[in-house]
Amino acid sequence: MEDKKSFNFTFYLLILPVLLWLILLIVLPHIDLFISSFQVDGDNGKVFSFDNYTTFFKNKIYWLTFINTAAYAIGITLLAFVVTFPVAFYLTKVVSRKYASFLSLLLLIPLWIGELVTVYGWMIILGDHGVINESLIYFGIIDKPIHMLYTNISMSIGLLYISMLFMVIPIMTTLESLDDSLIEAASDLGASKWTIFRRIIIPYSMPGITSGGIIVFMLVIGDYVAPDILGGKSSLWFTEQIYNEFLSTFNWGEGAAFGFLLLMISSSIIWAALRISGQKLERVGS
Amino acid sequence: MIRTLPNSPLYKYTYRFYIVCFFIFLVIPLVAISILAFNDSDFIAFPWKGFTLDWFFANTDQRTGLFADDGLVQSIFISIKTAFYVATISTAVGTAAALLFEEEKFRLKGLLYFLALAPLVIPGVILGISILLTSTMAGSYLEQKFGWDIGFLSPSFWLVVLGQFSFGATYVMLLVGARLKKFDRTLEEAALSLKATRLQSIWYVTIPFLRPAIIGAFTVAFLISFSNFNTTIFLIGSDPTLPVDLYSRIKFSSTPVLNAVSFIIVVFITVVALGSLFINRNKK
Repeated sequence: MEDKKSFNFTFYLLILPVLLWLILLIVLPHIDLFISSFQVDGDNGKVFSFDNYTTFFKNKIYWLTFINTAAYAIGITLLAFVVTFPVAFYLTKVVSRKYASFLSLLLLIPLWIGELVTVYGWMIILGDHGVINESLIYFGIIDKPIHMLYTNISMSIGLLYISMLFMVIPIMTTLESLDDSLIEAASDLGASKWTIFRRIIIPYSMPGITSGGIIVFMLVIGDYVAPDILGGKSSLWFTEQIYNEFLSTFNWGEGAAFGFLLLMISSSIIWAALRISGQKLERVGS
Repeated sequence: MIRTLPNSPLYKYTYRFYIVCFFIFLVIPLVAISILAFNDSDFIAFPWKGFTLDWFFANTDQRTGLFADDGLVQSIFISIKTAFYVATISTAVGTAAALLFEEEKFRLKGLLYFLALAPLVIPGVILGISILLTSTMAGSYLEQKFGWDIGFLSPSFWLVVLGQFSFGATYVMLLVGARLKKFDRTLEEAALSLKATRLQSIWYVTIPFLRPAIIGAFTVAFLISFSNFNTTIFLIGSDPTLPVDLYSRIKFSSTPVLNAVSFIIVVFITVVALGSLFINRNKK
Protein backbone atom coordinates (compact mmCIF):
# COMPACT_ATOMS: atom_id res chain seq x y z
CA MET A 1 0.00 0.00 0.00
CA GLU A 2 2.73 2.40 1.06
CA ASP A 3 4.80 1.56 -2.00
CA LYS A 4 1.88 2.05 -4.37
CA LYS A 5 1.20 5.49 -2.92
CA SER A 6 4.78 6.77 -3.24
CA PHE A 7 4.93 5.37 -6.77
CA ASN A 8 1.96 7.53 -7.71
CA PHE A 9 3.42 10.56 -6.00
CA THR A 10 6.62 10.22 -8.06
CA PHE A 11 4.60 9.79 -11.22
CA TYR A 12 2.72 13.04 -10.60
CA LEU A 13 5.94 14.79 -9.66
CA LEU A 14 7.34 13.82 -13.06
CA ILE A 15 4.27 14.41 -15.19
CA LEU A 16 3.19 17.75 -13.74
CA PRO A 17 6.09 19.90 -15.01
CA VAL A 18 5.99 18.06 -18.34
CA LEU A 19 2.26 18.72 -18.76
CA LEU A 20 2.71 22.40 -17.83
CA TRP A 21 5.51 22.69 -20.41
CA LEU A 22 3.60 20.98 -23.22
CA ILE A 23 0.18 22.53 -22.60
CA LEU A 24 1.20 26.10 -21.78
CA LEU A 25 4.13 26.50 -24.18
CA ILE A 26 3.36 24.14 -27.07
CA VAL A 27 -0.36 23.31 -27.37
CA LEU A 28 -2.09 26.53 -26.27
CA PRO A 29 0.20 28.87 -28.24
CA HIS A 30 -0.41 26.92 -31.46
CA ILE A 31 -4.17 26.88 -30.94
CA ASP A 32 -3.96 30.60 -30.30
CA LEU A 33 -1.89 31.08 -33.46
CA PHE A 34 -4.62 29.33 -35.43
CA ILE A 35 -7.43 31.39 -33.85
CA SER A 36 -5.56 34.68 -34.19
CA SER A 37 -5.04 34.05 -37.88
CA PHE A 38 -8.83 34.37 -38.33
CA GLN A 39 -9.10 37.62 -36.37
CA VAL A 40 -9.05 41.20 -37.59
CA ASP A 41 -9.58 44.43 -35.68
CA GLY A 42 -13.27 45.39 -35.75
CA ASP A 43 -15.17 48.26 -34.14
CA ASN A 44 -15.56 46.44 -30.81
CA GLY A 45 -12.34 44.52 -30.55
CA LYS A 46 -11.43 41.48 -32.62
CA VAL A 47 -13.86 39.91 -35.07
CA PHE A 48 -13.79 36.66 -37.02
CA SER A 49 -12.72 37.00 -40.65
CA PHE A 50 -10.99 35.24 -43.53
CA ASP A 51 -9.32 38.52 -44.56
CA ASN A 52 -5.86 37.54 -43.38
CA TYR A 53 -5.88 34.57 -45.73
CA THR A 54 -7.52 36.34 -48.67
CA THR A 55 -4.85 39.05 -48.41
CA PHE A 56 -2.24 36.33 -48.78
CA PHE A 57 -3.81 34.74 -51.84
CA LYS A 58 -4.74 38.03 -53.55
CA ASN A 59 -1.28 39.57 -53.31
CA LYS A 60 1.07 37.94 -55.73
CA ILE A 61 4.12 39.10 -53.76
CA TYR A 62 3.05 37.09 -50.70
CA TRP A 63 2.40 33.73 -52.29
CA LEU A 64 5.32 34.15 -54.67
CA THR A 65 7.56 34.68 -51.65
CA PHE A 66 5.98 31.67 -50.00
CA ILE A 67 6.69 29.41 -52.99
CA ASN A 68 10.17 30.88 -53.43
CA THR A 69 11.05 30.20 -49.79
CA ALA A 70 9.80 26.60 -49.94
CA ALA A 71 11.70 25.99 -53.19
CA TYR A 72 14.91 27.40 -51.74
CA ALA A 73 14.51 25.33 -48.59
CA ILE A 74 14.18 22.13 -50.65
CA GLY A 75 17.12 23.15 -52.85
CA ILE A 76 19.41 23.95 -49.92
CA THR A 77 18.47 20.67 -48.25
CA LEU A 78 19.50 18.70 -51.36
CA LEU A 79 22.67 20.76 -51.68
CA ALA A 80 23.52 20.18 -48.03
CA PHE A 81 23.20 16.43 -48.64
CA VAL A 82 25.45 16.48 -51.71
CA VAL A 83 28.08 18.65 -50.02
CA THR A 84 28.21 16.89 -46.68
CA PHE A 85 27.69 13.20 -47.49
CA PRO A 86 31.30 12.70 -48.70
CA VAL A 87 32.48 14.46 -45.53
CA ALA A 88 30.39 12.23 -43.26
CA PHE A 89 31.68 9.15 -45.08
CA TYR A 90 35.27 10.34 -44.90
CA LEU A 91 35.14 11.05 -41.18
CA THR A 92 33.53 7.72 -40.27
CA LYS A 93 35.08 5.31 -42.79
CA VAL A 94 38.18 6.73 -44.45
CA VAL A 95 40.29 8.97 -42.23
CA SER A 96 42.43 7.26 -39.58
CA ARG A 97 40.71 7.19 -36.20
CA LYS A 98 43.44 9.37 -34.73
CA TYR A 99 42.16 12.43 -36.60
CA ALA A 100 38.48 11.50 -36.77
CA SER A 101 37.50 12.79 -33.33
CA PHE A 102 39.40 16.04 -33.80
CA LEU A 103 37.81 16.68 -37.21
CA SER A 104 34.33 15.80 -35.93
CA LEU A 105 34.84 18.29 -33.15
CA LEU A 106 35.83 20.93 -35.68
CA LEU A 107 32.42 20.37 -37.28
CA LEU A 108 30.67 21.21 -34.04
CA ILE A 109 32.44 24.50 -33.37
CA PRO A 110 30.56 26.66 -35.94
CA LEU A 111 27.35 25.06 -34.72
CA TRP A 112 27.87 26.25 -31.15
CA ILE A 113 29.17 29.65 -32.13
CA GLY A 114 25.73 30.40 -33.48
CA GLU A 115 24.37 31.64 -36.75
CA LEU A 116 24.58 35.35 -36.01
CA VAL A 117 28.37 35.34 -35.71
CA THR A 118 28.96 32.97 -38.64
CA VAL A 119 26.56 34.85 -40.92
CA TYR A 120 28.36 38.05 -39.96
CA GLY A 121 31.62 36.31 -40.87
CA TRP A 122 30.25 35.57 -44.36
CA MET A 123 29.20 39.20 -44.68
CA ILE A 124 32.84 40.20 -44.10
CA ILE A 125 34.09 37.62 -46.61
CA LEU A 126 31.67 38.31 -49.44
CA GLY A 127 31.42 42.11 -49.21
CA ASP A 128 32.73 44.51 -51.87
CA HIS A 129 35.73 45.09 -49.60
CA GLY A 130 35.58 41.60 -48.24
CA VAL A 131 38.24 38.96 -47.99
CA ILE A 132 37.60 37.49 -51.45
CA ASN A 133 37.43 40.75 -53.38
CA GLU A 134 40.40 42.33 -51.60
CA SER A 135 42.62 39.31 -52.21
CA LEU A 136 41.58 39.00 -55.88
CA ILE A 137 42.36 42.69 -56.36
CA TYR A 138 45.64 42.36 -54.46
CA PHE A 139 46.81 39.58 -56.77
CA GLY A 140 45.71 41.58 -59.80
CA ILE A 141 43.11 39.05 -60.99
CA ILE A 142 40.33 41.66 -61.06
CA ASP A 143 40.33 45.51 -60.96
CA LYS A 144 36.89 46.16 -59.58
CA PRO A 145 35.17 44.22 -56.80
CA ILE A 146 32.70 41.56 -57.94
CA HIS A 147 29.31 42.15 -56.38
CA MET A 148 28.55 39.07 -54.31
CA LEU A 149 26.97 40.26 -51.07
CA TYR A 150 23.21 40.97 -50.96
CA THR A 151 22.42 38.49 -53.73
CA ASN A 152 20.65 35.15 -53.76
CA ILE A 153 24.05 33.47 -53.99
CA SER A 154 25.36 35.01 -50.77
CA MET A 155 22.06 34.16 -49.10
CA SER A 156 22.33 30.53 -50.24
CA ILE A 157 25.92 30.27 -48.99
CA GLY A 158 24.82 31.54 -45.60
CA LEU A 159 21.83 29.19 -45.43
CA LEU A 160 23.95 26.23 -46.48
CA TYR A 161 26.63 27.08 -43.93
CA ILE A 162 24.31 27.41 -40.94
CA SER A 163 22.29 24.28 -41.75
CA MET A 164 24.64 21.72 -43.34
CA LEU A 165 26.21 20.55 -40.08
CA PHE A 166 22.80 19.31 -38.96
CA MET A 167 22.97 17.00 -41.98
CA VAL A 168 26.49 15.65 -41.31
CA ILE A 169 25.93 14.58 -37.73
CA PRO A 170 22.92 12.23 -38.16
CA ILE A 171 24.52 10.69 -41.27
CA MET A 172 27.75 10.07 -39.34
CA THR A 173 25.77 8.43 -36.56
CA THR A 174 24.18 5.91 -38.96
CA LEU A 175 27.39 5.30 -40.92
CA GLU A 176 29.28 4.50 -37.71
CA SER A 177 27.11 1.41 -37.25
CA LEU A 178 27.64 0.24 -40.86
CA ASP A 179 29.84 -2.85 -40.73
CA ASP A 180 32.93 -2.37 -42.93
CA SER A 181 32.88 -6.05 -43.88
CA LEU A 182 29.71 -5.45 -45.93
CA ILE A 183 31.65 -3.06 -48.14
CA GLU A 184 34.67 -5.40 -48.21
CA ALA A 185 32.49 -8.33 -49.22
CA ALA A 186 30.85 -6.36 -52.03
CA SER A 187 34.26 -5.22 -53.21
CA ASP A 188 35.63 -8.78 -53.14
CA LEU A 189 32.69 -9.89 -55.25
CA GLY A 190 33.69 -7.32 -57.85
CA ALA A 191 31.23 -4.51 -57.18
CA SER A 192 32.34 -1.10 -58.41
CA LYS A 193 32.54 1.89 -56.07
CA TRP A 194 29.40 3.34 -57.61
CA THR A 195 27.48 0.09 -57.08
CA ILE A 196 28.62 -0.16 -53.46
CA PHE A 197 27.62 3.45 -52.90
CA ARG A 198 24.21 3.04 -54.51
CA ARG A 199 23.30 -0.43 -53.24
CA ILE A 200 24.86 -0.51 -49.75
CA ILE A 201 25.93 2.85 -48.38
CA ILE A 202 22.96 4.99 -49.40
CA PRO A 203 20.22 2.53 -48.35
CA TYR A 204 22.00 1.91 -45.05
CA SER A 205 22.33 5.60 -44.19
CA MET A 206 18.77 6.49 -45.24
CA PRO A 207 17.51 7.02 -41.65
CA GLY A 208 20.33 9.50 -41.02
CA ILE A 209 19.71 11.24 -44.33
CA THR A 210 16.01 11.63 -43.53
CA SER A 211 16.67 12.99 -40.02
CA GLY A 212 19.28 15.40 -41.32
CA GLY A 213 17.11 16.45 -44.25
CA ILE A 214 14.16 17.23 -42.01
CA ILE A 215 16.20 19.32 -39.59
CA VAL A 216 17.98 21.21 -42.40
CA PHE A 217 14.72 21.90 -44.21
CA MET A 218 13.04 23.18 -41.06
CA LEU A 219 16.01 25.41 -40.17
CA VAL A 220 16.23 26.91 -43.65
CA ILE A 221 12.52 27.55 -44.17
CA GLY A 222 12.27 29.21 -40.75
CA ASP A 223 15.51 31.15 -40.92
CA TYR A 224 15.57 34.91 -40.83
CA VAL A 225 19.15 35.99 -40.09
CA ALA A 226 20.88 34.69 -43.25
CA PRO A 227 18.28 36.00 -45.77
CA ASP A 228 18.03 39.32 -43.94
CA ILE A 229 21.77 39.98 -43.54
CA LEU A 230 23.17 38.28 -46.64
CA GLY A 231 20.20 38.43 -49.02
CA GLY A 232 19.40 41.43 -51.18
CA LYS A 233 16.47 43.80 -51.01
CA SER A 234 14.77 41.65 -53.61
CA SER A 235 15.34 38.35 -51.84
CA LEU A 236 11.86 36.98 -51.33
CA TRP A 237 11.91 35.29 -47.94
CA PHE A 238 8.72 34.39 -46.16
CA THR A 239 9.92 34.74 -42.56
CA GLU A 240 10.83 38.35 -43.36
CA GLN A 241 7.13 38.95 -44.05
CA ILE A 242 6.25 37.44 -40.67
CA TYR A 243 8.82 39.63 -38.91
CA ASN A 244 7.46 42.70 -40.67
CA GLU A 245 3.88 41.98 -39.68
CA PHE A 246 4.85 41.43 -36.05
CA LEU A 247 7.64 43.90 -35.46
CA SER A 248 7.11 46.75 -37.97
CA THR A 249 3.45 47.07 -38.98
CA PHE A 250 2.04 45.36 -35.85
CA ASN A 251 -0.59 43.55 -37.89
CA TRP A 252 -0.52 40.46 -35.71
CA GLY A 253 -3.56 38.77 -37.29
CA GLU A 254 -1.92 38.82 -40.72
CA GLY A 255 1.38 37.70 -39.17
CA ALA A 256 -0.41 34.81 -37.44
CA ALA A 257 -1.92 33.73 -40.77
CA PHE A 258 1.53 33.81 -42.41
CA GLY A 259 2.97 31.89 -39.47
CA PHE A 260 0.24 29.28 -39.71
CA LEU A 261 0.83 28.87 -43.45
CA LEU A 262 4.56 28.44 -42.82
CA LEU A 263 3.84 25.85 -40.15
CA MET A 264 1.50 24.03 -42.55
CA ILE A 265 3.98 23.83 -45.41
CA SER A 266 6.89 22.80 -43.21
CA SER A 267 4.85 20.14 -41.38
CA SER A 268 3.38 18.72 -44.57
CA ILE A 269 6.75 18.45 -46.31
CA ILE A 270 8.28 16.87 -43.18
CA TRP A 271 5.30 14.50 -42.94
CA ALA A 272 5.74 13.55 -46.61
CA ALA A 273 9.47 12.93 -46.06
CA LEU A 274 8.72 10.68 -43.08
CA ARG A 275 6.04 8.87 -45.06
CA ILE A 276 8.22 8.24 -48.12
CA SER A 277 11.16 7.01 -46.06
CA GLY A 278 8.90 5.04 -43.70
CA GLN A 279 10.49 6.68 -40.68
CA LYS A 280 9.00 7.85 -37.39
CA LEU A 281 9.39 11.29 -35.83
CA GLU A 282 11.01 9.64 -32.79
CA ARG A 283 13.94 8.67 -34.99
CA VAL A 284 14.58 12.29 -36.03
CA GLY A 285 15.57 13.23 -32.52
CA SER A 286 18.12 10.52 -31.98
CA MET B 1 37.00 3.08 -50.61
CA ILE B 2 37.34 2.44 -46.88
CA ARG B 3 40.42 2.13 -44.65
CA THR B 4 40.99 -1.53 -45.40
CA LEU B 5 40.56 -1.41 -49.20
CA PRO B 6 43.19 -0.22 -51.67
CA ASN B 7 42.48 2.92 -53.68
CA SER B 8 43.95 4.52 -56.75
CA PRO B 9 46.09 7.59 -55.88
CA LEU B 10 43.86 9.78 -58.05
CA TYR B 11 40.76 8.80 -56.09
CA LYS B 12 42.54 9.19 -52.77
CA TYR B 13 43.94 12.64 -53.47
CA THR B 14 40.81 14.01 -55.11
CA TYR B 15 38.80 12.91 -52.09
CA ARG B 16 41.34 14.39 -49.70
CA PHE B 17 41.36 17.66 -51.66
CA TYR B 18 37.58 17.90 -51.39
CA ILE B 19 37.71 17.36 -47.62
CA VAL B 20 40.36 20.06 -47.26
CA CYS B 21 38.17 22.47 -49.27
CA PHE B 22 35.21 21.64 -47.06
CA PHE B 23 37.10 22.41 -43.87
CA ILE B 24 38.42 25.65 -45.34
CA PHE B 25 34.82 26.60 -46.14
CA LEU B 26 33.95 25.71 -42.55
CA VAL B 27 36.60 27.79 -40.80
CA ILE B 28 37.04 30.73 -43.17
CA PRO B 29 34.35 32.99 -41.63
CA LEU B 30 35.77 32.33 -38.16
CA VAL B 31 39.33 33.03 -39.29
CA ALA B 32 38.31 36.25 -41.08
CA ILE B 33 36.52 37.54 -37.97
CA SER B 34 39.45 36.66 -35.74
CA ILE B 35 41.98 38.49 -37.91
CA LEU B 36 39.84 41.58 -38.42
CA ALA B 37 39.23 41.94 -34.68
CA PHE B 38 42.83 43.20 -34.49
CA ASN B 39 42.77 45.42 -37.59
CA ASP B 40 43.71 49.04 -36.98
CA SER B 41 40.97 50.38 -39.26
CA ASP B 42 37.62 52.07 -38.66
CA PHE B 43 35.83 49.77 -41.10
CA ILE B 44 34.86 46.16 -40.56
CA ALA B 45 36.60 45.00 -43.74
CA PHE B 46 40.08 44.65 -45.21
CA PRO B 47 42.65 46.05 -46.15
CA TRP B 48 44.88 45.29 -43.19
CA LYS B 49 46.09 48.50 -41.58
CA GLY B 50 48.20 47.11 -38.76
CA PHE B 51 47.71 45.44 -35.41
CA THR B 52 45.70 47.03 -32.61
CA LEU B 53 43.85 46.08 -29.44
CA ASP B 54 41.62 49.18 -29.75
CA TRP B 55 38.50 47.15 -30.53
CA PHE B 56 38.79 45.48 -27.16
CA PHE B 57 40.08 48.19 -24.85
CA ALA B 58 39.90 51.67 -26.46
CA ASN B 59 37.70 54.30 -24.88
CA THR B 60 38.20 57.44 -26.93
CA ASP B 61 35.92 59.71 -28.95
CA GLN B 62 36.71 57.88 -32.18
CA ARG B 63 36.79 54.33 -30.95
CA THR B 64 34.89 52.44 -28.28
CA GLY B 65 36.32 49.00 -27.57
CA LEU B 66 34.24 46.05 -26.44
CA PHE B 67 35.01 46.38 -22.75
CA ALA B 68 34.28 50.13 -22.74
CA ASP B 69 30.94 49.66 -24.51
CA ASP B 70 28.40 49.47 -21.69
CA GLY B 71 25.54 48.38 -23.94
CA LEU B 72 27.50 45.44 -25.29
CA VAL B 73 28.85 44.35 -21.91
CA GLN B 74 25.29 44.58 -20.59
CA SER B 75 23.87 42.40 -23.37
CA ILE B 76 26.59 39.76 -22.83
CA PHE B 77 25.65 39.71 -19.16
CA ILE B 78 21.92 39.39 -19.98
CA SER B 79 22.65 36.52 -22.40
CA ILE B 80 24.62 34.64 -19.75
CA LYS B 81 21.85 35.18 -17.20
CA THR B 82 19.17 34.06 -19.67
CA ALA B 83 21.16 31.01 -20.71
CA PHE B 84 21.72 30.03 -17.08
CA TYR B 85 18.00 30.10 -16.22
CA VAL B 86 16.99 28.41 -19.49
CA ALA B 87 19.55 25.63 -18.98
CA THR B 88 18.49 25.10 -15.36
CA ILE B 89 14.73 24.89 -16.06
CA SER B 90 15.21 22.89 -19.28
CA THR B 91 17.47 20.39 -17.50
CA ALA B 92 14.98 19.89 -14.66
CA VAL B 93 11.90 19.49 -16.89
CA GLY B 94 13.73 17.67 -19.70
CA THR B 95 15.12 15.11 -17.25
CA ALA B 96 11.66 14.63 -15.74
CA ALA B 97 10.32 14.09 -19.26
CA ALA B 98 13.05 11.54 -20.06
CA LEU B 99 12.27 9.57 -16.87
CA LEU B 100 8.55 9.81 -17.58
CA PHE B 101 8.70 8.57 -21.17
CA GLU B 102 11.36 5.89 -20.57
CA GLU B 103 10.12 4.39 -17.30
CA GLU B 104 6.42 5.11 -16.77
CA LYS B 105 3.34 3.75 -18.50
CA PHE B 106 0.24 5.93 -18.81
CA ARG B 107 -2.56 6.86 -21.12
CA LEU B 108 -1.87 9.31 -23.98
CA LYS B 109 1.87 8.66 -23.60
CA GLY B 110 2.35 8.51 -27.38
CA LEU B 111 0.58 11.82 -27.91
CA LEU B 112 2.55 13.56 -25.16
CA TYR B 113 5.83 12.22 -26.52
CA PHE B 114 4.92 13.48 -29.97
CA LEU B 115 4.22 16.94 -28.51
CA ALA B 116 7.52 16.89 -26.61
CA LEU B 117 9.36 16.17 -29.87
CA ALA B 118 7.42 18.77 -31.86
CA PRO B 119 9.81 21.68 -31.11
CA LEU B 120 12.43 19.82 -33.20
CA VAL B 121 10.39 20.38 -36.34
CA ILE B 122 8.63 23.67 -35.54
CA PRO B 123 10.56 26.66 -36.91
CA GLY B 124 11.80 28.98 -34.14
CA VAL B 125 9.85 31.90 -35.62
CA ILE B 126 6.57 30.06 -35.12
CA LEU B 127 7.34 29.26 -31.47
CA GLY B 128 8.25 32.91 -30.96
CA ILE B 129 5.10 34.41 -32.46
CA SER B 130 2.70 31.88 -30.98
CA ILE B 131 4.10 32.30 -27.46
CA LEU B 132 3.98 36.07 -27.92
CA LEU B 133 0.33 35.93 -29.04
CA THR B 134 -0.70 33.68 -26.16
CA SER B 135 1.14 35.51 -23.41
CA THR B 136 -0.19 38.87 -24.62
CA MET B 137 -3.72 37.49 -24.73
CA ALA B 138 -3.42 35.91 -21.29
CA GLY B 139 -1.88 39.11 -19.91
CA SER B 140 -4.65 41.39 -21.15
CA TYR B 141 -7.35 38.90 -20.09
CA LEU B 142 -6.01 38.73 -16.53
CA GLU B 143 -5.71 42.47 -16.36
CA GLN B 144 -9.25 43.17 -17.59
CA LYS B 145 -10.88 40.43 -15.54
CA PHE B 146 -8.98 40.63 -12.27
CA GLY B 147 -6.89 43.76 -12.54
CA TRP B 148 -3.70 41.73 -12.26
CA ASP B 149 -0.70 43.12 -14.04
CA ILE B 150 1.67 40.20 -14.60
CA GLY B 151 4.99 41.52 -15.85
CA PHE B 152 6.42 38.41 -17.45
CA LEU B 153 3.44 37.98 -19.80
CA SER B 154 4.52 40.98 -21.85
CA PRO B 155 7.82 40.87 -23.72
CA SER B 156 10.49 40.75 -21.03
CA PHE B 157 13.43 38.80 -19.63
CA TRP B 158 11.25 36.01 -18.22
CA LEU B 159 9.21 35.62 -21.38
CA VAL B 160 12.48 35.06 -23.28
CA VAL B 161 13.44 32.42 -20.70
CA LEU B 162 10.06 30.68 -21.15
CA GLY B 163 10.29 30.83 -24.94
CA GLN B 164 13.78 29.33 -25.06
CA PHE B 165 12.87 26.73 -22.46
CA SER B 166 10.01 25.53 -24.70
CA PHE B 167 12.53 23.93 -27.09
CA GLY B 168 15.52 23.61 -24.73
CA ALA B 169 13.66 20.95 -22.73
CA THR B 170 13.27 18.82 -25.88
CA TYR B 171 17.03 18.63 -26.43
CA VAL B 172 17.63 17.80 -22.75
CA MET B 173 14.96 15.09 -22.91
CA LEU B 174 16.62 13.47 -25.94
CA LEU B 175 20.16 13.62 -24.52
CA VAL B 176 19.20 12.31 -21.08
CA GLY B 177 16.78 9.78 -22.63
CA ALA B 178 19.59 8.35 -24.78
CA ARG B 179 21.64 7.58 -21.67
CA LEU B 180 18.61 6.29 -19.80
CA LYS B 181 18.14 3.65 -22.53
CA LYS B 182 21.48 2.16 -21.42
CA PHE B 183 20.44 2.07 -17.77
CA ASP B 184 20.12 -1.32 -16.11
CA ARG B 185 16.61 -1.26 -14.62
CA THR B 186 17.45 -4.07 -12.20
CA LEU B 187 19.47 -1.55 -10.17
CA GLU B 188 16.27 0.42 -9.51
CA GLU B 189 14.40 -2.76 -8.74
CA ALA B 190 17.12 -3.72 -6.26
CA ALA B 191 16.75 -0.35 -4.54
CA LEU B 192 12.96 -0.77 -4.43
CA SER B 193 13.20 -4.26 -2.97
CA LEU B 194 15.49 -2.85 -0.27
CA LYS B 195 12.55 -0.65 0.77
CA ALA B 196 13.64 2.51 -0.96
CA THR B 197 10.72 4.59 -2.19
CA ARG B 198 10.42 5.18 -5.92
CA LEU B 199 11.61 8.75 -5.46
CA GLN B 200 14.62 7.63 -3.41
CA SER B 201 15.57 5.07 -6.03
CA ILE B 202 15.45 7.75 -8.74
CA TRP B 203 17.41 10.21 -6.62
CA TYR B 204 20.10 7.86 -5.28
CA VAL B 205 20.40 5.34 -8.14
CA THR B 206 19.13 6.68 -11.46
CA ILE B 207 20.21 10.34 -11.23
CA PRO B 208 23.86 9.53 -10.34
CA PHE B 209 23.96 7.18 -13.35
CA LEU B 210 22.59 9.98 -15.54
CA ARG B 211 24.92 12.66 -14.19
CA PRO B 212 27.28 12.89 -17.21
CA ALA B 213 24.31 13.15 -19.59
CA ILE B 214 22.63 15.73 -17.37
CA ILE B 215 25.78 17.89 -17.27
CA GLY B 216 26.14 17.53 -21.05
CA ALA B 217 22.48 18.43 -21.59
CA PHE B 218 22.81 21.48 -19.33
CA THR B 219 25.76 22.67 -21.45
CA VAL B 220 23.86 22.08 -24.69
CA ALA B 221 20.80 23.96 -23.38
CA PHE B 222 23.06 26.80 -22.25
CA LEU B 223 24.70 27.11 -25.68
CA ILE B 224 21.39 26.84 -27.56
CA SER B 225 19.98 29.63 -25.44
CA PHE B 226 23.10 31.77 -25.72
CA SER B 227 23.04 31.78 -29.52
CA ASN B 228 19.27 31.86 -30.12
CA PHE B 229 17.85 34.67 -32.23
CA ASN B 230 14.74 33.47 -34.09
CA THR B 231 12.52 32.90 -31.07
CA THR B 232 14.09 35.50 -28.80
CA ILE B 233 13.52 38.50 -31.08
CA PHE B 234 9.73 38.34 -30.58
CA LEU B 235 9.82 37.98 -26.81
CA ILE B 236 12.50 40.49 -25.94
CA GLY B 237 11.68 43.44 -23.70
CA SER B 238 13.89 46.48 -23.21
CA ASP B 239 17.11 44.54 -22.54
CA PRO B 240 18.47 42.78 -25.64
CA THR B 241 20.41 39.53 -25.45
CA LEU B 242 23.76 39.41 -27.25
CA PRO B 243 22.47 37.95 -30.57
CA VAL B 244 19.68 40.56 -30.75
CA ASP B 245 22.13 43.35 -29.92
CA LEU B 246 24.63 42.05 -32.51
CA TYR B 247 21.86 41.82 -35.11
CA SER B 248 20.81 45.45 -34.73
CA ARG B 249 24.45 46.57 -34.80
CA ILE B 250 25.15 44.56 -37.96
CA LYS B 251 22.08 46.09 -39.60
CA PHE B 252 22.49 49.68 -38.49
CA SER B 253 25.91 50.55 -37.12
CA SER B 254 28.68 48.07 -37.80
CA THR B 255 32.07 48.94 -36.36
CA PRO B 256 35.00 46.55 -35.88
CA VAL B 257 33.91 46.11 -32.26
CA LEU B 258 31.57 43.45 -33.76
CA ASN B 259 34.66 41.53 -34.82
CA ALA B 260 36.01 41.78 -31.29
CA VAL B 261 32.80 40.37 -29.75
CA SER B 262 32.65 37.60 -32.36
CA PHE B 263 36.31 36.80 -31.72
CA ILE B 264 35.64 36.40 -28.00
CA ILE B 265 32.72 34.04 -28.76
CA VAL B 266 34.83 32.01 -31.22
CA VAL B 267 37.67 31.64 -28.72
CA PHE B 268 35.34 30.77 -25.86
CA ILE B 269 33.49 28.05 -27.83
CA THR B 270 36.73 26.60 -29.22
CA VAL B 271 38.26 26.38 -25.74
CA VAL B 272 35.11 24.66 -24.38
CA ALA B 273 35.08 22.23 -27.33
CA LEU B 274 38.79 21.35 -27.09
CA GLY B 275 38.44 21.03 -23.33
CA SER B 276 35.63 18.50 -23.73
CA LEU B 277 37.71 16.52 -26.25
CA PHE B 278 40.62 16.48 -23.82
CA ILE B 279 38.46 15.32 -20.90
CA ASN B 280 36.89 12.54 -23.01
CA ARG B 281 40.30 11.38 -24.16
CA ASN B 282 41.65 11.21 -20.61
CA LYS B 283 38.65 9.12 -19.57
CA LYS B 284 39.50 6.52 -22.18
